Amino acid sequence: MVDEEGGGMIEFFGEVAAWFGDSANWFGTSGILNRLREHIQITAAATAVSTIMAIPPAVWLAHRRIGGTLVVAVVNIGRAIPSFAIVVLFLPISIRLGLGIGFWPTFLALLFLAIPPMFTNAYTGVAGVDPDLVEASRGMGMTDREVLLKVETPMASPVILAAVRVAAVQVVATATLGALVGWGGLGRFIVDGFAVRDSVVVFAGALLVASLAIVTEVALGAVERRVVPSTLRSRSEHVESIVA
Amino acid sequence: MQAAGGFFSWEWVVNHLDDIWDRTVQHLLLTAIAVGVGVVISLALSIIALRFRWTYAPITWFTGILYTIPSLALFAFLVPVTGLSVLTAEIGLVSYTLLILIRNMVAGIDGVPPATVESARGMGYTGRGLFFAVELPLALPVIIAGVRIASVTTIGLVTITALIGQGGLGFFILRGLNLFYSPIGTTQIIVGTVVSVALAVAVDLALVGVERLATPWSTRRAAA
Repeated sequence: MVDEEGGGMIEFFGEVAAWFGDSANWFGTSGILNRLREHIQITAAATAVSTIMAIPPAVWLAHRRIGGTLVVAVVNIGRAIPSFAIVVLFLPISIRLGLGIGFWPTFLALLFLAIPPMFTNAYTGVAGVDPDLVEASRGMGMTDREVLLKVETPMASPVILAAVRVAAVQVVATATLGALVGWGGLGRFIVDGFAVRDSVVVFAGALLVASLAIVTEVALGAVERRVVPSTLRSRSEHVESIVA
Repeated sequence: MQAAGGFFSWEWVVNHLDDIWDRTVQHLLLTAIAVGVGVVISLALSIIALRFRWTYAPITWFTGILYTIPSLALFAFLVPVTGLSVLTAEIGLVSYTLLILIRNMVAGIDGVPPATVESARGMGYTGRGLFFAVELPLALPVIIAGVRIASVTTIGLVTITALIGQGGLGFFILRGLNLFYSPIGTTQIIVGTVVSVALAVAVDLALVGVERLATPWSTRRAAA
């Protein structure tokens, strides 16, 4: 509890450990396992839908070299928009749309925040493919479609995968804020803990959220390294990421 | 009383201009302290990373982990230690600036042409003099690019500190959240968001101006 001022850090960590040791905190609707499931569920859904909505148009537009200046503007404005504000803003919007509280305002906010950086990163990736290579492919007699699917997309694949990873990590972070608009997820522990001034629960929730974000980053990074050929690896380094 | 649709109340805005101004100043102050402290720490760590190359990987690894931790979680970690205070907010905000700033500082210094460094040495510059009089000024455009990203990011993150009793303009967003069913609530959410974004754009433009003033040679070159 917050009121144990002189209690000492060791005692506090003991309480946190005891909280994790109590099986009552793991099971049931408000248990860790269910909150984790909710968090992963909305993250997976939002990342998947954002990928489908952002990547194909980005690849196509970059191939046609349309909208380059727009892309830069979107990156800059995207960074300036607070994710907290967007999650909160989507609450009255969702209610007016008849979608209620909880899942929908969180999900829509996640899409709104994940699509722009994903789009711009994928766009930059395809637009950054060596023009000589594209020229050579055309010289070899490849059709426009073949250049797109057999040269530009594979060459940009490290950047595209990195864009998905960065977005997924950002979505994990922002999904935490869903607890403010009635969604479950691991943010529940932090928000509810704050509400009743129970710093053990707040700290435990923070530990869970931070772990999930780091595990997502590391796991998707590992997938990238397995999928991307070593010769293309250095290309994924310049991907814009945003803290949420 | 309220505008059409009942979503936004101009009357509320007009009646709370003082309040909005105060929160904007608080928002700027929280940002300025975070970026200022972030620059000092990053400069120190960058100098270490440049001097002892092997430290660069662990430094970026550690600041990268800080960067990955969701902000609400980072603030929540600190609350049991430093309470619902400005200090808690600042520690969290500074943490997020480090990776961005260090990366740009090291890349900026690395990007100084070796020939320039060589001729500076030929003119008698060594050690600290070489670093502060030649390398650092030449790296300024890249460093300021980092400061711009860090500032804009911080302005966004300040809003979340409303949940730990700080928040600047985030205060309106949080209060709006509690009144989301009424136009007074949605008005505050919109005001908090719009002013915060406007602040980010203004600060970004101001820093572009600073860059022009601090590196007169680059504008001259561009004009030539």
